[in-house]
Amino acid sequence: MSAIDVGAALPRPRMDFTPALTPLIVAAIAAPFIGSFSTFVTLTAAGLAMGMMIFVMASGLTLAFGMMDVLNFGHGAFISLGAYIATLVLLPLAAWSQADSLALNLGVLLLALAAAVVVCGAFGFVFERLIIVPVYGQHLKQILVTIGGAIVIEQLLYALFGPDQIPITPPAALRGSFLLGDATIEKYRVFAAIVGLVVFAGQMLILNRTKIGLLIRAGVENREMVEALGYRIDRLFVGVFMASSALAGLGGVLWGLYREQVHASMGGELLVLVFIVIIIGGLGSVGGCFTGAILVALIANYAGFLAPKLALVSNILLMVVVLLWRPRGLYPLSGR
Amino acid sequence: MSVRLALEGVHTHIGRYHILQGVDFDAPAGATTMLLGRNGAGKTTCLRTIMGLWRASKGEITLDSTAIGALRPSAVARAGVAYVPETMAIFSDLSVRENLALAARDGPLDDARLQWIFGFFPALRKFWLSRAGSLSGGQKQMVSIARAIVEPRRLLLIDEPTKGLAPAIIAGLIDCLQEIKRTGVTLLVVEQNFRVAREVGDHVRVMDNGRIVHRGAMADLAADAALQGRLLGLSLDSHQ
Repeated sequence: MSAIDVGAALPRPRMDFTPALTPLIVAAIAAPFIGSFSTFVTLTAAGLAMGMMIFVMASGLTLAFGMMDVLNFGHGAFISLGAYIATLVLLPLAAWSQADSLALNLGVLLLALAAAVVVCGAFGFVFERLIIVPVYGQHLKQILVTIGGAIVIEQLLYALFGPDQIPITPPAALRGSFLLGDATIEKYRVFAAIVGLVVFAGQMLILNRTKIGLLIRAGVENREMVEALGYRIDRLFVGVFMASSALAGLGGVLWGLYREQVHASMGGELLVLVFIVIIIGGLGSVGGCFTGAILVALIANYAGFLAPKLALVSNILLMVVVLLWRPRGLYPLSGR
Repeated sequence: MSVRLALEGVHTHIGRYHILQGVDFDAPAGATTMLLGRNGAGKTTCLRTIMGLWRASKGEITLDSTAIGALRPSAVARAGVAYVPETMAIFSDLSVRENLALAARDGPLDDARLQWIFGFFPALRKFWLSRAGSLSGGQKQMVSIARAIVEPRRLLLIDEPTKGLAPAIIAGLIDCLQEIKRTGVTLLVVEQNFRVAREVGDHVRVMDNGRIVHRGAMADLAADAALQGRLLGLSLDSHQ
């Protein structure tokens, strides 16, 4: 038996750190214009927290989009749904939420987050089976039916909870700010950033250290071959879609508490931002989505302070610049 | 010799095109059957239909006398069929190790089996942790074939394994296929390179216009230049 060894020269695998450094570069450019160090720290911390919340919402969509090739314009409805589910926990348990006990405060909040995740995941299962399955591979129809599905969910939320915004407040332990010199950093934003980082770390661990993650990464590239290797890709699709919906719900709770109000159209309003983030990051890329979310949020915060009128279009401008630099996003996947 | 795979009157439609038009053939167990034919004869469609990637609109496909024609691809794979597509379809963003780990459905990678694979594909050991997308065409083909044999299977479907590869690599690949044959696995190989088909094949089935037009021993076809010319439109001399 002769052996085929054609392994002469292979370029060493090279990590591309440039896109990951762009938030730092943006911060370094913005700092001299902002002038005050404390203002810079406040804006940056706010941007990072906002970025983490957007990441939580967008990461599910990028996974579903990357793997299932589904344009889910109904993702926003799950953001709203998650926030409403949280109100069902937070409002009746307001006494615990506002009690002078860190354990009770966090317990209620974790319960609200868990409820939103479970209910949105379950709704995601139904949504995928009823709405998505008939239109796999048909993008135009996907856009139409998922927008239709989102409208139905939104109107159901109006019918069940009424047309008015529902005010909610973060638990007592997460109100107020930390003082860092002259800079103020809201406690809730720190909490949101920690949740975002935990979600990111969890996703990276699952994607890179488990067989399910391996299947998802392979499925993003070539669904047919994953099936031909003996795995039920449809079951994987359902699982990814449920996770995507659950993440949208989790993000909805974080965002609702951040804005201290919940309304049925909040998800739809955030959807454009979420799509910008996943396009900037590279479709299907969780790492790209993470970087893109931080970039979008930092620039929105800096622009809001330096040139409020520019802030209205800062996200679109950012997307144009990124796509001119990297037409397939910051961290494109080979299979897309 | 028992029959491992049998197709009876298999028709496949892709959109409005009627590609397979009543394919009948079998692949004996433990032997290598070459599926030859001109471009567009339906060879790739035939493999994809066996694998369940395209649904047969009519006819029966059996693996060891068990019908597999109505199964989805994952079930066909779990019945013991491995598929090496013409495009290789390796997962570019995954490492070589991850590509093989994914193909090992029944548990972790078996070290003895890996050593056997490294015996004829040493490049895979060398680039074990490299991104599969960064490999050369020949190395990608090694990953694709290694993925199919990383666990014992009953039937290997291999679509044009030598397509686009340099002659030196093709020679090694022939040895590799011979080594796989020696394990007793049944192979059904689509191949355009007649020299490879002649060296590897025990049996031959020739397709034309979506039908089988010739069945026989590979050695008989290799010895009959006139038959080759009529069936395949080639002269063996040009493939020496």
